Amino acid sequence: MSLLSPTWTALLYLIAAICFVLALKGLSSPKSARRGNLIGAAGALVAVVTVFLSMKLDNIPWILAAIAVGSAVAAPIARRVQMTQMPQLVALFNGVGGGAAALVALLELPHTDDPWVRLAIVFTLLVGAVSFAGSLVTFAKLQELMTTRPVVFPGLPIVMSASVLVAVAASVAIIFTGAGWLAVVLLVFGLLTGVLLVLPVGGADVPIVISLLNAFTGLAVAASGFVLGNVLLIIAGTLVGASGTILTRAMASAMGRSVTGILFGAFKGGSTAGSTVASDRPVRSSSAEDVAVLLGYAQKVVIVPGYGLAVAQGQHTVAELQGELESRGIEVVFGIHPVAGRMPGHMNVLLAEANVPYESLKEMGEVNPEFKTADVVLVVGANDVVNPAAKTTPGSPIYGMPILEVDSARQVVFLKRSMRPGFAGIENELLFEPQTTLLFGDAKESLGKVLAAVKAL
Amino acid sequence: MDGMALLTITVLSVFVGFEVVSKVSSTLHTPLMSGANAIHGIILVGAIIVAGQASDGWTLTLALLAVLLATMNLVGGFVVTDRMLEMFRGRKGAGR
Repeated sequence: MSLLSPTWTALLYLIAAICFVLALKGLSSPKSARRGNLIGAAGALVAVVTVFLSMKLDNIPWILAAIAVGSAVAAPIARRVQMTQMPQLVALFNGVGGGAAALVALLELPHTDDPWVRLAIVFTLLVGAVSFAGSLVTFAKLQELMTTRPVVFPGLPIVMSASVLVAVAASVAIIFTGAGWLAVVLLVFGLLTGVLLVLPVGGADVPIVISLLNAFTGLAVAASGFVLGNVLLIIAGTLVGASGTILTRAMASAMGRSVTGILFGAFKGGSTAGSTVASDRPVRSSSAEDVAVLLGYAQKVVIVPGYGLAVAQGQHTVAELQGELESRGIEVVFGIHPVAGRMPGHMNVLLAEANVPYESLKEMGEVNPEFKTADVVLVVGANDVVNPAAKTTPGSPIYGMPILEVDSARQVVFLKRSMRPGFAGIENELLFEPQTTLLFGDAKESLGKVLAAVKAL
Repeated sequence: MDGMALLTITVLSVFVGFEVVSKVSSTLHTPLMSGANAIHGIILVGAIIVAGQASDGWTLTLALLAVLLATMNLVGGFVVTDRMLEMFRGRKGAGR
């Protein structure tokens, strides 16, 4: 029995679609973002209730049970996850979504003989499977269940090409014959392609892959909307596809690289290749007390947090340091590079968790003019994103990457573990400049010492 | 709905998507990713339709698996995004 007429159904789906657009729109400012997300969740609820009321469905108790189990599994994970583990959680949820889309397409194949619908089915199946397998490998890499280094073996490009060719051939055959066993072949080779796509990508580039796979799942969901003739799935999937595409491009340009270079660079030998040899040129290193004096008598301090801060879990200590300096009347802001952390915007989340107010979190374009007027810039666990070679050395691997212009500040303090170069494997000339001092050690420990010394001033 | 109408909706959605997402502040890129992630969990609607029409055991099993996975995506995605956004607070007094 269906309680809702087709008109009401379409209307309710439209409302859900509007909710999704508002959810994304809310993210234009931290003030409206949370409300936006709740609107999105409400839209999803409307859509799910609508589907139960608008169609004659069997197996409802089973379906409700599956929903209950899914919620019971996912909600506690989502509540408890550490903010540093956010990238792998996003990868995991993205993967299961792709898997669900692939299954939906697989099961719809026997119900149609329209070649156009079959085209949408093979697209959903293939892209969903790639996204599922790729996301799970990404999850394994980030969770360190496997090596985070690029996995490359001889003949990888050939195996990859062969896998894609089989998948495409199976797709074409399905469109013309609709054979179920071919769909299983397509599923298997889609999964294989997903694994092979992500294996060669190194740890530092994994965030771009998450973003790309997010777009893939979006596209798979949109295509499944064509399969089922469901407008809401088309709109929601397309929105996600667009957002994933924008983010992927934004990240790639923030790293000064192309998306294809990141994905296929490893085929030519390692996507995050570079030297890990420490330089032995002389630098000026100092003690935590000296750094505390610099900070404590400044008027304006810019803190540049990088991946090293997240690794050392030092975000709470840096937030405390900000509070201590501000209580002395010193202006403190954070200059955050778009790719700081392990996924786009990750550093902002980590600092927000440590109760840094969002007004202090400045984007690259906003903070760059401020370095000139800052007395001290404190660089914590960042290297490549402040390397002036990106502007001055055309031959450098990072040339063209937008950077935080820390080199224009009067005093620069680096908190670093060692003199080892960053991911790009190149030396940072800024480390040897006269205005630069270094404090060696684990980011969290160094911050703790500096904080104690500032308190003692 | 016929194919052309669906295609029209798709193309317009692409433009809406690009328009809305390009205004998102880079401070919020992680919640954007997890929020967008949650939105594609709406594949749950598709999974429910397929499960509700399943007539044999195999189909039902796979369809219920799809329902399960989609629910995890949808529920987990919205919950974790909410948790993240809750942490973005303004200065005391100036914020909420």
